[in-house]
Amino acid sequence: MKFDFNNNIPIYIQIVEQIKTDIVAGKFKPGERLPSVRDFANETKVNPNTMQKALVELEESGLVFTERTNGKFITHDTSLINFYKQKYAEELTLTYLKRMYDIGYSLGEISKQIEQLGGNK
Amino acid sequence: MNTILELKNLNKSFGAKKVLENINLTIPRGKIVGLLGKNGTGKSTLIKLINDLLTPTSGEVLINGKSPSVESKKIIAYLPERTYLDKSMKVAQVIKYFAEFYDNFDSQKAYKLLEELGLDVNQKLAKMSKGMQEKVQLVLVMSRKADLYILDEPLGGVDPATREYILDTILSNFNEGASVIISTHLINDIERILDDVIFINDGKIILHSECDKLRTEQGGSVDEIFRRMFRC
Repeated sequence: MKFDFNNNIPIYIQIVEQIKTDIVAGKFKPGERLPSVRDFANETKVNPNTMQKALVELEESGLVFTERTNGKFITHDTSLINFYKQKYAEELTLTYLKRMYDIGYSLGEISKQIEQLGGNK
Repeated sequence: MNTILELKNLNKSFGAKKVLENINLTIPRGKIVGLLGKNGTGKSTLIKLINDLLTPTSGEVLINGKSPSVESKKIIAYLPERTYLDKSMKVAQVIKYFAEFYDNFDSQKAYKLLEELGLDVNQKLAKMSKGMQEKVQLVLVMSRKADLYILDEPLGGVDPATREYILDTILSNFNEGASVIISTHLINDIERILDDVIFINDGKIILHSECDKLRTEQGGSVDEIFRRMFRC
């Protein structure tokens, strides 16, 4: 797993977003132990200090916690994970809606679009 | 000791020409620092002063709190801009040579990295392309357990795909607690792995900041910020 970065956005924020996405998508399971900072940085090809900063940020969000001497883990709190998942879904939907409104679609037309194409993965 | 490199009021002139002017800089351990500047702004001179290949006109260089000496050379792994290796040697001979010369050289690691990069240890340097020679040099430097790695234009002669590989090699091989200074003008390629950047222009340090802080405060990539600042 190697992260791709956009140099315009602080790298640690992109790591946070990437790991958050992996958590809400279930790639990291609740309670799963994360690799050590250095190993994690190595796997994802990022600077260990930047990874450390991202993990501190994730801890502040509550999605990750540290067990002293034992390392870092994904939270067991599935309702918190669902909360972030919903928030993320809302953000994506709002972005989508804004773009559709921008090109002149009405809500009804947008719904029709979704129904027609919704089966596509 | 948490500071690996300190420069105090450092000046260097060649004759009447001032190349570096009043450089003050502290680099802690555990950082990857980009030394960025246009061609001919004093980057390589600064690096040579740190490596004791030039003597300051005035001011001080302190490595791990001490002046440059045989001791400081033991803890600095330096990748110069130009090769100094005897090109009639085979890679395996160079490795043996390094292992004899440096106490902290890890031959096994060198062989492992060379294999990963697909280089033949029985090939003579003279028979290798410029890019391959640069890879060999980088492997030699990164296979030392040093406290400070100084890489002068490590990406110069290699293609973009290999640049990625070289950056990853630097990232995963620098010693824990060591720092890395990378001088380059290929900012876009390198900025994702940097903690801090130093912009140098006309022999002066004009900016020293955390990369992510710079992106947040000024907007855009370090490369863009650099271009904005030094538009010709």
